[in-house]
Amino acid sequence: MSPTAMPAAPRAGFLARRRRGYYLFIAPALTVIAAVIVFPWLFTLWMSVFDWKIGSVAHFVGLENYRKLLASTRFLESVVHTFYFTALAVIAPLFLGTAAALVFHREFPFRGLLRGIFIMPMMATPVAVALVWTMMFHPQQGVLNYLLSLAGLPPSLWVYSPTLVIPSLVIVEVWHWTPLVMLIVLGGLAALPTEPYESARLDGASEWQLFRYITLPLVAPFLVVAAVIRTIDALKTFDTIYVITGGGPGTASETINLYLYLQAFAFYNIGDASAVVVVFFVIVLALALLLLHVREKTKWS
Amino acid sequence: MANRDHETGPEAQRRRLLQAGLGAAALGAIPGAGQLAAGAQAPFDWKKFKGEKIEVFLVKSPRGDLLTRYHKEFEDMTGITVGSEMIPEQQQRQKAVIEFNSGNTSFDVIAISYHVQKRLFGKNRWMEDVRPLLADKSLTDPNLDFADFSKGGMAWATQPDGRIDSLPFNIDPWVIYYNKELFDAKNIAYPTSFPEIVDAAAKLNDPAKGVSGFVARGLKNANVPVWTSFLLGYGGGFVDAGGRLTTDNAAAIDAAKMYQTLLARYGPQGVAGFNWNEAQSLFLQGKAAMWLDGIGFAQPLEDPAKSRVVGKVGYGVMPAGPKMQVSAMFGDGEGISSFSRKKGPSWLYLQWASNKTNQFRMLQSASGAPVRNSAYLAAQTAADIKAPKQWIECMLTSARIAQPGLPIIVPVTEFRDIFGIALTNMINGADPAGELKKATAEFQPVLDKSEKS
Repeated sequence: MSPTAMPAAPRAGFLARRRRGYYLFIAPALTVIAAVIVFPWLFTLWMSVFDWKIGSVAHFVGLENYRKLLASTRFLESVVHTFYFTALAVIAPLFLGTAAALVFHREFPFRGLLRGIFIMPMMATPVAVALVWTMMFHPQQGVLNYLLSLAGLPPSLWVYSPTLVIPSLVIVEVWHWTPLVMLIVLGGLAALPTEPYESARLDGASEWQLFRYITLPLVAPFLVVAAVIRTIDALKTFDTIYVITGGGPGTASETINLYLYLQAFAFYNIGDASAVVVVFFVIVLALALLLLHVREKTKWS
Repeated sequence: MANRDHETGPEAQRRRLLQAGLGAAALGAIPGAGQLAAGAQAPFDWKKFKGEKIEVFLVKSPRGDLLTRYHKEFEDMTGITVGSEMIPEQQQRQKAVIEFNSGNTSFDVIAISYHVQKRLFGKNRWMEDVRPLLADKSLTDPNLDFADFSKGGMAWATQPDGRIDSLPFNIDPWVIYYNKELFDAKNIAYPTSFPEIVDAAAKLNDPAKGVSGFVARGLKNANVPVWTSFLLGYGGGFVDAGGRLTTDNAAAIDAAKMYQTLLARYGPQGVAGFNWNEAQSLFLQGKAAMWLDGIGFAQPLEDPAKSRVVGKVGYGVMPAGPKMQVSAMFGDGEGISSFSRKKGPSWLYLQWASNKTNQFRMLQSASGAPVRNSAYLAAQTAADIKAPKQWIECMLTSARIAQPGLPIIVPVTEFRDIFGIALTNMINGADPAGELKKATAEFQPVLDKSEKS
């Protein structure tokens, strides 16, 4: 069966024939990809150059939708909100998740049980979680302000304040997704060799030095994986924000996704919404390239 | 039902229907009920479309629940099978637009919110004009009693070009719920003018006890009718004859200032994020002296399981503004999809849905404010009414001074969004005049475009 056993002349023809046969086999997958990924993509691009509101006729407007977007302070603010939210919602769980993983990596009684409890938030449905947090954030009847009052602190406005709303929403994200980071890092810790630690201890390294110069560099690739997953999740967050604040107060927590939803499904401006999708895609692509670059770097070190 | 026997004729059906809904005692009290009996002599054939099936598309609400609960009655009366879908308001509106736009609807009858969809549906002629059906004696029950529909309701159901593309079902004028106990404790009377509202709110506001003088929606989009309630009283409007927005004139600014004062100064902390349910829960706890919202909340307020203010709630008509006394109003109805191939059976459904029995049931169960005058007259004498007497009086007075609480335009959602953000910003300290100017400038092109296309 091996092609090397074939004589030289017919071999090329056979290979070509065989290659044609291969194309036949990838055809189904190619069709599916073309239908569910490529076509919607091209269609979105096509729609983004039209002024089209559901219920009226579409007009070709070229890049007008994009020009309007870039001139819209509301859209630009939503980009800023998205980055602000994403940065907090990636960094905070990374720190807390790593700390938690270090704790759970040690031996102590009921470790398995506590670990199980710790990852429970991950199993909860985002919308249900968001509804519960909405109640907890309530300035008069919420439990969070009650806890603050027990500690003798003044009540906070949480998601009802334009300045606190994004950090408050990040609290929900942190509660929900720190366990995921913990699991990834814990996996990394379990795979670490013990020899470097033993020799470092012999050399008189402190606990901090062990962590800083051995553990951290060795789990760095895992941290990058966690960061990539968290970034993807945080960028596309919609349910939590939509349920808790709907983008408010005013537009203080309106991210690109919420802006997009409003344009497409509340105002029915399909052209504008498609342009937002395209811009969002470019942003995601740029971030993905950046993260890949970071990942290559950690591998190399 | 004991008398569910071999009687199957339309008269028997109708009799049964009345007995089920009202009981013999209430029957005499309903004007038109006599007419109904008289009409029975000129038989109307409800069974005309026996064996057909229609699909109705309703909104999940106490009103939608009411109709769904009695669908069996319609099916028994007409022999038409009803398939119904009932989903939350927001999703229902989205689905409706997408289906109508596709040029083919899965439903024959649809519930419409006039304050949001009237112009959109009317402009696209998505719903059938019912005037030819009304004129057709073979299709319209002689006891429909068209004159019984209130003026406000018919104003909602009639398009600017005179088409009537739905039958109104309920209207929702905005009123002020007030806590009598708090008012009495400080010996304050219910306000009769706008300055008195502000004055009362100032006196009743007591942050130390956690009591707010005034509460209403602060959440963007939801908050717009609160402002328009004041706007109308200041003699303001939305769009002038030339299609220019008037939402940044003196009346609009005065109304916005009043909104800002009431909510930012005398409202609860965090009111910028309050929708009706947060406002309601505050009022239910006895922590708000006044609450401005639609009239449909009597049921939870008088429910001892939910409310701490049972029996202490006053139902106040919107006080007079400097220019006039107006209650901002919402409204809902039912129409027939233009794409439906079962217009006859659908028209029977519309007549049944808005009939006197169902309208009375709405009041009886306090699930909404019916659009027929007869329901209120009947309620004044009926015994088993859940709604408080003052609520019914408040409703009757409000209905007389009601005007649409939102502009009748296509992009209502954008209007609410843009002005809603301006109002929320005002709660957080922004200048009313500046915010309104900005919002008006932002919305004018959206409005122009919607009227052009």
